[in-house]
Amino acid sequence: MSIQSIREFMPKNNLVYFLCLALLIFVVFPLSMDIFRLNLIGKYLTYAFVAIGLVLCWGYGGILSLGQGVFFGLGGYCMAMFLKLESSDPESTKIQSTPGIPDFMDWNQITELPWFWEPFYSFPFTLLAILLVPSIFAYIIGVAMFKRRVGGVYFAIITQAIASILTILIIGQQGYTGGVNGITDLRTLLGWNIRTDSAKYILYFVNGVLLFICLLVAQFIRKSKLGRLLLAMREREDRVRFSGYDVSNFKIFIFCVAAAFSAIGGAMFTLQVGFMSPSFVGIVPSIEMVIFCAVGGRLSIFGAVYGTLLVNWAKTTFSESFPELWLFAMGALFISVVMAFPSGLAGLYKSKVEPWLIQTYTNIKRYYLERNGTRPAESGETL
Amino acid sequence: MKFKFVFPTLKKISAYGRGLLSTLGIIACSFALNTANAADSVNSTGLAVTDDTVTVGILHSVTGTMAISETGSVQAEKLAIKQINEMGGVLGRKIKYIQEDGASDWPTFAEKAKKLLVRDKVAAVFGCWTSASRKAVLPVFEQYNGMLYYPTFYEGLEQSPNVIYTGQEATQQIIAGIDWVVEKKGAKTFYLLGSDYIWPRTSNKIARKHIEKLGLKVVGEQYYPLGHTQFNSVINKIKLRKPDVIYAIVVGGSNVAFYKQLKAAGIDLRKEKPLLLTISVTEDEILGIGGENIEGAYAAMKYFQSLDNPNNKAFVKAFKEEYGENIVIGDVTQAAYLGPWLWKAAVEKAGSFDIDKVREASPGIELTTAPEGYVKIHPNHHLWSKTRVGLAQRDGQYKVVYETEELMEPDPFPEGYQ
Repeated sequence: MSIQSIREFMPKNNLVYFLCLALLIFVVFPLSMDIFRLNLIGKYLTYAFVAIGLVLCWGYGGILSLGQGVFFGLGGYCMAMFLKLESSDPESTKIQSTPGIPDFMDWNQITELPWFWEPFYSFPFTLLAILLVPSIFAYIIGVAMFKRRVGGVYFAIITQAIASILTILIIGQQGYTGGVNGITDLRTLLGWNIRTDSAKYILYFVNGVLLFICLLVAQFIRKSKLGRLLLAMREREDRVRFSGYDVSNFKIFIFCVAAAFSAIGGAMFTLQVGFMSPSFVGIVPSIEMVIFCAVGGRLSIFGAVYGTLLVNWAKTTFSESFPELWLFAMGALFISVVMAFPSGLAGLYKSKVEPWLIQTYTNIKRYYLERNGTRPAESGETL
Repeated sequence: MKFKFVFPTLKKISAYGRGLLSTLGIIACSFALNTANAADSVNSTGLAVTDDTVTVGILHSVTGTMAISETGSVQAEKLAIKQINEMGGVLGRKIKYIQEDGASDWPTFAEKAKKLLVRDKVAAVFGCWTSASRKAVLPVFEQYNGMLYYPTFYEGLEQSPNVIYTGQEATQQIIAGIDWVVEKKGAKTFYLLGSDYIWPRTSNKIARKHIEKLGLKVVGEQYYPLGHTQFNSVINKIKLRKPDVIYAIVVGGSNVAFYKQLKAAGIDLRKEKPLLLTISVTEDEILGIGGENIEGAYAAMKYFQSLDNPNNKAFVKAFKEEYGENIVIGDVTQAAYLGPWLWKAAVEKAGSFDIDKVREASPGIELTTAPEGYVKIHPNHHLWSKTRVGLAQRDGQYKVVYETEELMEPDPFPEGYQ
């Protein structure tokens, strides 16, 4: 990779964004918060995976999916199934009528582990499943929809329907899925207790690193020819098609990428929160995730992360201070964001903060130039 | 003077790098607490207890779909706390509460439970309603050793050292009710119906086992998703199979549709052909269903607002003074009201707020002032209480037609019913 291509991949200002976010996630948060708050931030960041996926697929590709919770949930459930099997060894479940199977199966008169649970005894399989199950599912949806040129509002409605179907399926098949309670009481990962404070620190950093890997992948897609094609497709799909590109394949691909990101988020969520339930799969959480992305600015992968953090932080703070009125405060926040900055936090930054920063930077530079006569000041010194 | 000097500097440092100091801080704090409270056996584990206050948590949904059900519990718990404070508090300390909103969302419940235990160091939490929310917070309570007072009647199959279950587990609600309908109404055939989740399913499982044990017959069993509103097909099946009893465990908003459609289909519950016995409709639900739609149905509960005893009269009066004349009180609301009182009794018996000591003191705690009459904590952390059958009236109240003579023993893991 030449210097030129690195420059193209990561322009200077993007590098600054990356570094700022890394500083915030890896230094500022861990130093300024206790483990309880940090664990909450870790939970919020798992939603950011979904939001980044949405930036690619909605902001760039113009595919509005209102069912990203499905993929978040699938990833989370894969992880939860592995953890649940580990915590349901015959020793700790000996009061059940069938020891060795998850407790909720026992309550539902199931006497033998269903076949699709069996492979989740294996950790490598679980890791693969977390990525592949949602991606393959997204691929099937994508082929079925995009090959037939279903798009726009119709696609959004269909994704909602899928989210709703999956929720009903999970709740209805409670013997196999844990139903409305979800899969709870997860304790260890390969014998490592995930509920201790030290484990929470480690999981937080693992989560952060994975988030940055996803951010880098997203940045790569954004800056590649694929990214430009996505933008072109969003603006004028026909022209791209007439230029000889197979539009549907690009759409399917980006939809699968977004699904895989969401699934990683879901798996990390399960690890950090200690359970998974159908309440993340349905329509409401899926729409909430679109809101995170919209608040952040749907064209900015960094905005998506900040938007997720802001909305969730506000949710926690408002609900702690005003348990009975907090939903109004959240509503006000959404309305004011949409009214005042339609392109989200990223838009606000671009239109207000960045010009101001540049102005200040030039002012300081000029000040130094004037004070030191004609000798130009080195930017490293001035800032 | 010395302290005045030390504290600001500490604050300043902490503003720069609290994280770095937090480990040191924790050690220092635990030292301070240990030395300060070593003699103070009232609170040896660093709970939020001062010389004249003790802090507890209230954790229910006050927003979202469950808010309508859980509001009564919040009101009852606040009323109990207020009354306890008027009597001088617990071990001479006034109770302060921190209320958190679970927002009808199970992960939020887990988050808030953790906040209450870890950040606020509350001495007890009164809260949760659905089984799903309890399952979500259970690992949190067990990990951080908190104490939860859980008010709802539920499916059983659970017994945590960190929970006191003030509602009935399934057998307490089901067995006596079915015995009554068999003995007094001569019922022979049953149609089981429920919303599709763990509580109705487990309850119906116990009901079916008990019915079959009595040599009687279940002619149908059916479940519908939460929020379902189309019951016409099951009503047609009921008309076809002609069971003596419809055993209904439909919950939440579905109830409204179910009872209205029953009535519209020409099934007059007052004629008791078939008779309807439910364990999921309290006075709170009737508000939504409408008394005229459910008039004539029977419910098996441990508490009805119309119970005729001095405790209940005083309770209903106080409740109405606090929250208005038109308020209704359901089974769970009363069970929630017991929570703070049971906790107070256990703390006073233990002479300490320590969770472990409260847990040890809890079995055998009696409450003679309970609105439902008399309750006692069983070693399995559930309550001994009576089962009662009420007949729904047009005005939305139940008329008590039967109550068990003895207290029913709680049995969360019933043998032969699994």
